[in-house]
Amino acid sequence: MGAIKRFISRLELDPRLFGMIGALVLIWVAFDIASDGLFLTPRNLYNLSLQTASVAIMAIGMVMIIVTRQIDLSAGSVLGVLGMLMAVMQSRILPDSLGGWIWPVTVVFGIACGLIIGGFHGWLIGYLGIPAFVVTLGGLLVWRGAAWWVTTGQTVSPLDQNFELLGGGVYGTLGAQVGSWSSWLVGLIAVAALVMGALRSRRKRIAYGFPVRPIWAESVVTVIQCVVVLAFVAVMQAYEMPGIAAKRLYEARGLTVPDGGIVIPEGIPIPILIVLGLVIIFTVLLTRSRFGRYVYAIGGNPEAANLAGINNKRMIFWVFVVMGLLTAISAVVASARLQSADNGLGTGDELRVIASTVIGGTSLMGGIGTIPGAILGAVVIQSLQSGMTLLGADSSLQNIATGAVLVIAVFLDMQYQRRRRK
Amino acid sequence: MSEAATTTAINYSSAPLIEMRNISVSFGGVRAVDDVSVNLYPGEVVGLLGHNGAGKSTLIKVLSGAYHSDSGEIWINGKKVTINSARDALDNRIETIYQNLALADNLDACANLFLGREEVLASGLLDEGRMEDATRKVMGRLNPNFQKFHAPVSALSGGQRQSVAIARTVHFNARILIMDEPTAALGVAETKVIHDLIRQLKKEGIGIFLISHDIHDVFDLADRCTVMKNGKLVGSVYTKDVTQDEVLGMIILGKMPNVQSAANTTAN
Repeated sequence: MGAIKRFISRLELDPRLFGMIGALVLIWVAFDIASDGLFLTPRNLYNLSLQTASVAIMAIGMVMIIVTRQIDLSAGSVLGVLGMLMAVMQSRILPDSLGGWIWPVTVVFGIACGLIIGGFHGWLIGYLGIPAFVVTLGGLLVWRGAAWWVTTGQTVSPLDQNFELLGGGVYGTLGAQVGSWSSWLVGLIAVAALVMGALRSRRKRIAYGFPVRPIWAESVVTVIQCVVVLAFVAVMQAYEMPGIAAKRLYEARGLTVPDGGIVIPEGIPIPILIVLGLVIIFTVLLTRSRFGRYVYAIGGNPEAANLAGINNKRMIFWVFVVMGLLTAISAVVASARLQSADNGLGTGDELRVIASTVIGGTSLMGGIGTIPGAILGAVVIQSLQSGMTLLGADSSLQNIATGAVLVIAVFLDMQYQRRRRK
Repeated sequence: MSEAATTTAINYSSAPLIEMRNISVSFGGVRAVDDVSVNLYPGEVVGLLGHNGAGKSTLIKVLSGAYHSDSGEIWINGKKVTINSARDALDNRIETIYQNLALADNLDACANLFLGREEVLASGLLDEGRMEDATRKVMGRLNPNFQKFHAPVSALSGGQRQSVAIARTVHFNARILIMDEPTAALGVAETKVIHDLIRQLKKEGIGIFLISHDIHDVFDLADRCTVMKNGKLVGSVYTKDVTQDEVLGMIILGKMPNVQSAANTTAN
């Protein structure tokens, strides 16, 4: 036991992240056994990743909000109203003659609305000083009501075909859109970036004469990261497009269907590509920029941040603007996946997002939390839900399990923090 | 170090480093600071004394930009300045070390040292290598045994935390340093480290306002004592001219001892 502990400590990994990954593996293996091997199949993992995407995107923003000691209870309702607005925009307002421009115009419109709503929340909270709990609790009601008003309750369907690809249906993947090799290319680029990043930061530390991790520890960490990336690509590649869908794709492209049938690996779904892109951008923003530094400083000690010359009000305003942006992107993914928008879109998402963030190690007291942790938290929650669905447990039981895991996760984290402080 | 050695270096005939003239601050109907004038010379430590609620913290927060004064002026090196925010104070090279709220506990020493004044690369991202390098250099001077560069400051001892706060002052070349109860939370050995640091900064020509409840602290370090009571200035005396009992009399009774009043009053 001591040897393992020493080994882990030499790797300088975040022990909380380590514990979370362990818990996730445990959940996956348990569901796989209980479902006679149905859980850990390419098909299920592919669906799991799609179902996680929408909540994961909002969790990125929720990390920043909770780290600055705020809260956003309105995320699900804002997602609902943005989804409705974009649905109406693309299928009722924009003329068909726009063709391939419909989806980008719709997405830009949705993001603009998201920024406005986020900015409005940020202004009320940051500049007028109304507590975030109150503003976003009001927002929870207001924006859900607004979602209804957009079409007086009618469901909007179908959506633009290109727009729907952003939700990652059978055709919304790299395999279907770019080519069967493209997911591997993305995987290899990610591996190259990881290796080069590790080498560069090591060289920099040596140049400054700072202490560095032993080379074997550095290698182990980088190799693990690369293996995870490649394993993910392999699983997504292993999921093949259903035969009929593949046949239609060939016919649409004017290709002749070979006799033996067609095998098209789906590869990485487009929404997952969006999630990964956002995770990279916002992790850099949060850990490598002034903005991110101030987010943590405000959460750790607002008064100290203020005395250091940081404008807390403006920071809080911008954090909510960012949340508006991410909610809009999440609304794109969620409505595109469902291929429709109704006024119930996103109901209850705010709680799933907050739960993901908190399970992922973000402290409600502020100052502590990471984006990768929150993404893992979202995967944990979605794993529980889809695993229980697979086992035939009904949704009331799923809620009980999710709630219990939330409380247990926070309790264990508190115990860990307390022991570390001693 | 003897007191004589610390006081002789100060040139009271030169222009003061800083003058706060006729400062008044009110909260609602309460006059927290009422027409108070104080000053500070280069290389001088001025102990600011008074009961809780005497107005010393309020006065000093005007200087550090946390509060606005209703009336009065601030002059630095003979030039009138306006301080409306913490940023203005920092731009005038006024650094403040607060008893407990100076640091963001969740960030490491380096992040705290550069908080609000981070070094950035051409890309706009933080230049973490350069900041860590500077932090290691400054901390190496102030606290050579310090090694926890990547731990959040909540994991540091009181003395280590205080040295991180002081490192900020040294790195950014402060000329005026405000210390609010710098040793209140520290043990004996750590207090000594901080005292040595203060003497070192003083030698470098930095002017220091020292707010303290601990009269021993003040007598150990301060060249002058400025006492406030109920928002008003009682007066200033040279530490070498008075006894601790006389200063206590100023604090408690608001009564000037029978000695020459120090530089403050001549400043106006």
